[in-house]
Amino acid sequence: MGHRLKLFLPLILFTLLAITLFRGLSLDPSEMPSALIDRPLPAFSLPALGQARTLTEVDVLGQVALLNVWATWCVSCRVEHPYLKQLADQGIPIFGINYKDDDAAAQRWLDELGNPYRFNIADREGSLGLDLGVYGAPETYLLDAKGVVRYRHVGVVDENVWRTVLEPLYRELTTQGSAP
Amino acid sequence: MIPEIGHFALIIALCLALILALVPAWGAWRGNRVAMALAPSLAIGLLVFIGISFSCLSVAFLQDDFSVKLVASHSNSLLPPIYKFSAVWGNHEGSLVLWALILSLWTAAVAVFSSQLPLLVLSRVLAVMGAIAVGFLSFSLLTSNPFARTLPGAPADGSDLNPLLQDPGLIIHPPLLYMGYVGFSVAFSFAIAALLGGRLDASWARWSRPWTNIAWAFLSLGIMLGSWWAYYELGWGGWWFWDPVENASFMPWLAGTALIHSLAATEKRGLFKSWTVLLAIFAFSLSLLGTFLVRSGVLTSVHAFATDPARGMFILVFLAIVVGGSLTLYAVRAPAVSSRVTFAWVSRESLLLCNNVVFLVAVLTVLFGTLFPLIVDALGQGKVSVGPPYFNAVFVPLMALLIPVMGLGPVSRWKSDAVSRWRHELAIPAVLAVLCGVTLPLLHAPYNVWVALAVLLSSWLVLGLARDVWQRLRSRPGVARGRGRLTPGYIGMLIAHLGFATSVIGIVATSQYSIEHDLKMSPGESQVLAGYEFRFVALTQVRGANFLADEARFEVTRDGVSVAAMTPQKRRYLASGQVMTEAAIDAGLFRDLYVAMGEPVGDSGAWAMRLHYKPLVRWMWLGAILMAVGAFTAVLDQRYRRHRAPVHGSSEVALHGA
Repeated sequence: MGHRLKLFLPLILFTLLAITLFRGLSLDPSEMPSALIDRPLPAFSLPALGQARTLTEVDVLGQVALLNVWATWCVSCRVEHPYLKQLADQGIPIFGINYKDDDAAAQRWLDELGNPYRFNIADREGSLGLDLGVYGAPETYLLDAKGVVRYRHVGVVDENVWRTVLEPLYRELTTQGSAP
Repeated sequence: MIPEIGHFALIIALCLALILALVPAWGAWRGNRVAMALAPSLAIGLLVFIGISFSCLSVAFLQDDFSVKLVASHSNSLLPPIYKFSAVWGNHEGSLVLWALILSLWTAAVAVFSSQLPLLVLSRVLAVMGAIAVGFLSFSLLTSNPFARTLPGAPADGSDLNPLLQDPGLIIHPPLLYMGYVGFSVAFSFAIAALLGGRLDASWARWSRPWTNIAWAFLSLGIMLGSWWAYYELGWGGWWFWDPVENASFMPWLAGTALIHSLAATEKRGLFKSWTVLLAIFAFSLSLLGTFLVRSGVLTSVHAFATDPARGMFILVFLAIVVGGSLTLYAVRAPAVSSRVTFAWVSRESLLLCNNVVFLVAVLTVLFGTLFPLIVDALGQGKVSVGPPYFNAVFVPLMALLIPVMGLGPVSRWKSDAVSRWRHELAIPAVLAVLCGVTLPLLHAPYNVWVALAVLLSSWLVLGLARDVWQRLRSRPGVARGRGRLTPGYIGMLIAHLGFATSVIGIVATSQYSIEHDLKMSPGESQVLAGYEFRFVALTQVRGANFLADEARFEVTRDGVSVAAMTPQKRRYLASGQVMTEAAIDAGLFRDLYVAMGEPVGDSGAWAMRLHYKPLVRWMWLGAILMAVGAFTAVLDQRYRRHRAPVHGSSEVALHGA
């Protein structure tokens, strides 16, 4: 009997795995809205990448902007990068969170590939990422002029995502902000 | 009209698959020979109709039929014809049809080439494959219909194939990978048929071995091409990222490697029977799991297809039925009593056991690393990501443990061996390996300890094999007889192990010796890297079929002698507006030179350039090719063609074959 029970072990392990996968499906990262939607950006005080100053949540106020979480170890960020630069060239303000990264590597990346960011928050330990609930890089948050998180996109921002999702929201928020 | 024919053919294929899954299985249960005998013709019918469907889809792509939604969103009239064809599987829906086509190819191949199998076994095997086909065909038809139209109002032109996928490597990478993934369904079906029949003997192992080898060989080639593609197409010279999708193909490969070795022990010695069956189930389950991870969107990755939770749910249910069902069957039917066959600690069996343990740990490591973010998330503990440091930290020591054992394997004897014999046989290879490890890295300054270790281990492997070959040729009276002992099975093992050694050296040398320079260069400037002088000659504009590009022209010289002219490009694709880096690579057996363009710096014509020097990088892929060639060679062994061979193999054959 004991021998037979042993043979059920793979089945039990697989069942556990299947439950995890099922939970994973309902947690679909690109579907899940952030808990921070319509709430202000969490408070932080972190160094700026490549500059001798400290950044806080006040620094991103004043305009509708994108907050992009990236890292040099993130493969998808490479894919995303050229498009962010196009957006920056169009005048869209983009702030960066350099997430769990090495400052020197990040600086090299920006020197080499170009810098679409107004500034970069160096989140070396991932503490801000933790507060934001970052799933993995890249992630992009849409902030309004008061620093409230309006939308969260997990994964690469490309032409398609920008045109269909982010841009309409961005336009809406900019006109709202300037009207009254 | 043609897309409708394709759609209809796919529906007929689903019906045939249903009949194939039910009727022969019923026949096998009831002992109805007529029902069982239907299986091979149904298998051929399945291939024919999926073939028709796939051809119709290809025609829609080649004729730019933009009324088909799939064509409109993944092709473009400017696309070169070969990419229009490869665009068929450059998307989720089409790749499922390709998957089904390859599955039906394997099913028909089993029907044709295994016709000498007992009818009972053959009908069960084909029925299991039919059931898998039902799963994939209904997945395709119910959730991802490739033939859906956008009528009226078909777009005038398509939105183009992702430029990353417009590449020769990507034309054959998915088909090869799927040949491997799906090929494990054969070993899986044989295992399920054996469990159903209650006969887990050496003969099912012998029947499964050639199929497993072929599937594994294709998977090796597929993974190699993927890595090679990443290297030259993604534009930053990396070749393996431990990305979830890469892991999805790597896990079945690791399980398949364990399976190949465990099958050897089961065939030759009747050992590890339940374990081998379990590995066969694992290998295919991991292929399915890979499919789930890639297409459900539970993990984010560069490779991921457009994701959709409904599809994820379908695959999860399918996965639960296939894997849950087969593991239940395993729990109920696998022999619970441990085998009466015994072996000494010092024997080939225990070395194969080591192999299995190492590869199983490797699979679990990769599986855990891949799923860890998901597990933590599912437990509500927040979000984490697992990167290369974790995988490398576990993988490197595992492989370092594997190779010493791997060097002993081919030399060792079944059942019981003696350490003194090993010492006698391998003393010279061991000394020579140490010598190689110490001296060969001197050829490349600066001296690197890791490379020395890799050379030491690899030469231990190669020299042990060489010693064994020599021994075999010599120990027989007359060279002709000695050569007779070098069967295809043995030669295949030699080539595959040689390939492994080659890959190890390639991977370690590339990781340790590579030099990268990122710098700003203007036309006319030059830069020296590892003794090569790269001169940026000029910057020009080039127009391709469906893109515009900035092209930099480089001349590379070494000691004043011209080595290569290199032309990296920065492309802008017209239809999608996407920008791609096309690296220029001067390939060589001992080193690659690699130039990629970054971004323009300022207005003076200067660009950020990335120059790489990558020694022995080709060895890694060459090794993978050798492994595949080895696996194919082993299949040629005559004993797979004999109908009835002695259960434990004759003593002549039994000595080798791992």
